[in-house]
Amino acid sequence: MISSLKDKRPLSPHLQIYKIQITSLLSILHRITGIVLFGGSILWTFWLLALATGPDHYKTMQDFMLHPVGLIILLGWSFSFFYHLCNGIRHLMWDCGLGYDLTTVRRTGWLVVFSSFFLTLLTCVLGYLCKEIWS
Amino acid sequence: MVQLRLPLNSRLQKGKTYISSSKGQNMKTFHIYRYDPDSEENPRLDSYELNLDECGAMVLDALIKIKNEVDTTLTFRRSCREGICGSCAMNIDGTNTLACIKPIAECKGDIKITPLPHLYVIKDLVPDLSFAYAQYASIQPWLQSDETPPPNKERLQSKEEREKIDGLWECILCFCCTTSCPSYWWNGDKYLGPATLLQSYRWIADSRDEAAGERLDNLEDPFKLYRCHTIMNCTNTCPKGLNPAKAIGSIKTKMIERIG
Repeated sequence: MISSLKDKRPLSPHLQIYKIQITSLLSILHRITGIVLFGGSILWTFWLLALATGPDHYKTMQDFMLHPVGLIILLGWSFSFFYHLCNGIRHLMWDCGLGYDLTTVRRTGWLVVFSSFFLTLLTCVLGYLCKEIWS
Repeated sequence: MVQLRLPLNSRLQKGKTYISSSKGQNMKTFHIYRYDPDSEENPRLDSYELNLDECGAMVLDALIKIKNEVDTTLTFRRSCREGICGSCAMNIDGTNTLACIKPIAECKGDIKITPLPHLYVIKDLVPDLSFAYAQYASIQPWLQSDETPPPNKERLQSKEEREKIDGLWECILCFCCTTSCPSYWWNGDKYLGPATLLQSYRWIADSRDEAAGERLDNLEDPFKLYRCHTIMNCTNTCPKGLNPAKAIGSIKTKMIERIG
């Protein structure tokens, strides 16, 4: 009787109604950037493979990566790397028992966001400068 | 497992609208989750317009006013009306809190009220918490000690020992935190959730309790404790201002400390 009643009972709304907040947003972003990094490592392997196969293949790979689509992928990959790194440090800090109060959580959260944007930008500028100097 | 959409029988339908007969400068609309177990229909969202000049300051006052004056079938739990019993825990405006201590003035625009998230609904705003209570019982939330208590005297603690359970004993088990946790939504059958883990730490940290070792053994499991990914929704939502995430972190630290 009880189990049949339970089967009929509706599940209350969760994701559909819960307000997105910096806590949950940064947490899901950590997971998403982790998945992007996994994809990035496959790309990295292809790059090395192209390098090992010979100059023709490497040039094809380079042309793709320097195409706007490739550059957008690189940008997303760099951001994912820096976000995952910075937020990973935040997680290590929590695992040491530090930074659990809400003010600190919000501060370190924003710090992670700004640092990852800054480091991504820095990487872009350095990459561009290297390209200008070497070519 | 992660479910992005609600099961077919749980999806919300458009409900009825009740227009207030009394008008004023201070009108507010409440959209409230309704589910009638006696009908075969899906849950719906009913809208009630209220004149706030004739209503108390808290969301619970509005719910009581609706039940008394507009729609007597509206069902919700409430008791103390001062944030100490934990009965009126629900999702108000997208976050879990206690209706009795949530001022209406804190909500901009219309107010949406649904039951605590990702639980089976018995009726309207009343969710089934029996599984969460069973999980709470599983941590054996009572003082365990082989020592015979002194006759006619309490088991004494030093001030420092007593301070260690501050921020823990205040928990009223409203389950706002547990049902705000995405990890509990997806793995609530095995993961104990923030409220139960905070309670568990309340006994682990208590100098009078001697079962800390067994308590930690009981939590040493891939799901019970370690499904906490420090999302921090629990601490963000606790209506009593406690920090379940920190308590869970302290349990994790204890786990490592005893390995040495």
